[in-house]
Amino acid sequence: MEAKANEKSLALQKLREREPQTIAEVIESRGETTVVLARRDLVRICEFLMQDQALAFDFLSDICAVDRFPMEPRFEVNYHLLSMQRRDRVRIKVRLSGSDAVLPSVTGIWPTANWHEREIFDLFGIRFEGHPDLTRILMPDDWEGHPLRKDYPVEGYR
Amino acid sequence: MATLETQSGPAEPMILNMGPQHPSTHGVLRVILELDGEVVLKAKPVIGYLHTGIEKSCESKTYSQAITLTDRIDYLAPLSNNLCYCLAAEKLIGLEVPKRAQYIRVLLTELTRITSHLVWLGTHAIDLGAMSVFLYSFREREEIMKIYEYVSGQRMMTSYFRIGGLALEPPPDWLDRVRRVVENMPGHIDEYENLLTKNRIWEARTRGVGVLSAKDAIAMGASGPMLRGSGVNYDTRKAFPYSSYDEFDFDIPVQTAGDCYARYLVRIAEMRESLKIVKQAMEKIPPSGPFRAEAPGIIPPSREEMKTSIEGLIYHFKIFTEGFAPPPGEVYQAVESPRGELGVYMVSDGSPKPYRVHFRAPSFVNLQSLPLLCEGRLLADVVACIGTTDIVLGEVDR
Repeated sequence: MEAKANEKSLALQKLREREPQTIAEVIESRGETTVVLARRDLVRICEFLMQDQALAFDFLSDICAVDRFPMEPRFEVNYHLLSMQRRDRVRIKVRLSGSDAVLPSVTGIWPTANWHEREIFDLFGIRFEGHPDLTRILMPDDWEGHPLRKDYPVEGYR
Repeated sequence: MATLETQSGPAEPMILNMGPQHPSTHGVLRVILELDGEVVLKAKPVIGYLHTGIEKSCESKTYSQAITLTDRIDYLAPLSNNLCYCLAAEKLIGLEVPKRAQYIRVLLTELTRITSHLVWLGTHAIDLGAMSVFLYSFREREEIMKIYEYVSGQRMMTSYFRIGGLALEPPPDWLDRVRRVVENMPGHIDEYENLLTKNRIWEARTRGVGVLSAKDAIAMGASGPMLRGSGVNYDTRKAFPYSSYDEFDFDIPVQTAGDCYARYLVRIAEMRESLKIVKQAMEKIPPSGPFRAEAPGIIPPSREEMKTSIEGLIYHFKIFTEGFAPPPGEVYQAVESPRGELGVYMVSDGSPKPYRVHFRAPSFVNLQSLPLLCEGRLLADVVACIGTTDIVLGEVDR
């Protein structure tokens, strides 16, 4: 697939050149580019985006999960990448089904992912394989349930 | 590191619990310290004591109602949070904010930066023993909070920015009060510098303490003065200008040492730069004009319109009972808060309530680097390191 004329994102262009088969979906909206990947390609593509000299996405701004219950795939995990030198942002999205909410951890690529992944585990119940310390971070250690899921009531259970 | 040979064998490290109730943790932060004498072997921050579920609560409120929740996230710079949230919502809807409102937003946000840095300076200094600075910086902060009260009715949790502009028209002579602050402030910042910058004790407690290399800062996601104190010249206001920041002339202070002293210098310089921006904004704000965008169905009509025209009444009713629904989609909007990159990730599903609002809190991410700053150093340096990360627990825990 060659690059489309109106796509300004360098990350997207390079991904289309190198590994077009990993791109499940592209969303261009409100000036932002989102690339949807499959779980198996996540770590490889993130490493590429971070280490490639021309792209240099060395800063992971944020990881954020969304619960689409009762729709399947239930969870979306968004990685907001920033290249400080090129002043460019891109969003990488991975969709997960509710019964198989596991993702490989990216703490090996961006150490800052540590607490973000812990927060997502705590509030959504998505597990990150390879995370050095996947424990609750905001809720008390003995809490049951994952509060930010859509089937968890906003007023809580007590 | 010397270990003592005791009668029962080599001495073990001691686990010391710092917090969550502690005057120097600037909030309910718990740090579990493993000490060998006075040397910190390991520091583990434990958070969550101020978690109030703001992100979950935003999902059950309309877009406009959630603005009051955003004040409470970084409660020392409430207007920054308001701004970020409103910009994200405006990006989601595709709304253009009038220039006058944008300039007023910039002016008030820069005043917020000054108040936040004043609190940081006062508390950081008092932790390290320089007690007078605390009283002086809070005296200055009082003047700015009086301006907030004059303009919005509230000293701290102003919620003054709304989607599309401002909540109210500011009073006609408010800029005179801002001018008085701008005239007096540089002298006060000189006072603080006279007390601290060349002070031998201050330098001994902050030079070489809590060093964060540029590479580590970027890897750990540090932003704001944590990043600029380590030599990385990056500021969201310059990289991704928002709210007309590209029309203002200001510099980004950067230091290279990466220690507490460097971050101190960066924040002092940022206060001076903020004053520059406030002065420019005062010149740019047109004396009259719209303070909120015109968007029937999204922005409520004025009271007069609501009372005299049927369309006004209908729009008012619809907006305040049902709310407005942005088209489905997602945005990530970042601003430069006094602590670093504050981001709002907002997802809309086409209903009047946000489907997901996530706040990328700079303090949450900066606090992750605390072990890197304190490990291997003395216990007294932990206090300096916590102060220099300038954390606000409301933001860390949300």
